[in-house]
Amino acid sequence: MKYYAYIAIERKEAILDPQGKAVEHALSSLGFREIENTRIGKLVRLAITASSPEAARAIAESASEKLLANPIMETYSVLEISDEPVLHAAEWEING
Amino acid sequence: MRTRIIVFPGSNCDHDAMHAVRNVLGERDTEFVWHKADSIGQDVDLVILPGGFSYGDYLRTGAIARFSPVMKAVIHFANEGGTVLGICNGFQVLCESGLLPGVLIRNESLKFACKEVHLTVERTDTRFTNSFEKEAVIRIPIAHGEGNFIASDEVIADLEQNGQILFRYCDANGNITHSANPNGSRNNIAGIINAEGNVMGLMPHPERACEALLGSADGLNVFESLRDFFDTIPATQTERFTTVAL
Repeated sequence: MKYYAYIAIERKEAILDPQGKAVEHALSSLGFREIENTRIGKLVRLAITASSPEAARAIAESASEKLLANPIMETYSVLEISDEPVLHAAEWEING
Repeated sequence: MRTRIIVFPGSNCDHDAMHAVRNVLGERDTEFVWHKADSIGQDVDLVILPGGFSYGDYLRTGAIARFSPVMKAVIHFANEGGTVLGICNGFQVLCESGLLPGVLIRNESLKFACKEVHLTVERTDTRFTNSFEKEAVIRIPIAHGEGNFIASDEVIADLEQNGQILFRYCDANGNITHSANPNGSRNNIAGIINAEGNVMGLMPHPERACEALLGSADGLNVFESLRDFFDTIPATQTERFTTVAL
């Protein structure tokens, strides 16, 4: 069975994020004064052949640890394991 | 001195390193090794990971080159005590591969820095720096967008305490100041050595400063240091690796 893993990779808070800073300045000059601490990371999609979503998640975790993220400066989270190449973020429960 | 220079797709200082070692230093047994090789060959003294933009700096600088087939042999060589020099992108590859601590991130200025800088030589009792004069201030070019060395407070403290910092950015008089730091590196770090003393990484390019005609020959001291080191130690690899500490 083929699964699609979506992985978000973010720089740690202490690490400079020049892209985030530049975008934040642009947003501010557009009038978005209420936006701050803009950070830009990476979204990686992997197509994984595995026996179950849990097995696919384990492979995605392992790939993230070995290559996709550098733990000195980044954190990662496997956002979603899906059976179609679509991120279902809109269906996620938003807390608060 | 049998030297092997690893060539990754996107390396662009491999020929500079070859010119410095083979033509300027005069060590003829210097060859390139393509990254797909699964061996670096026999009885190698020195492996150089050259500067450039391996794999287009995709994902993170050095992150993909670190998994090139030849890196298995390079990591094995280093772990057995073999001498490895990583310059610029080579330094980034060494950090990604775990042979050196820390990581190199985007310059604080957000700009690619391409200029001559001054460096202090912090130690002259290592195989990479024995030809420098004590407390020398040298002039060598840098050319990088991601040379900002960071590591956890504990790692930085260890590097300081163990004397693993070999080069720091300074002004022309040797003062280690913030304004002389071209990329924001912690403690003005330009180059470090591993705890065992056989692996060095630095962001500046010594291979581009080996002839007075090019503005500075200060970088040649790194290669002369290595040659002198290999000239004055026991002949067999085993003895080399077991009898020489730094």
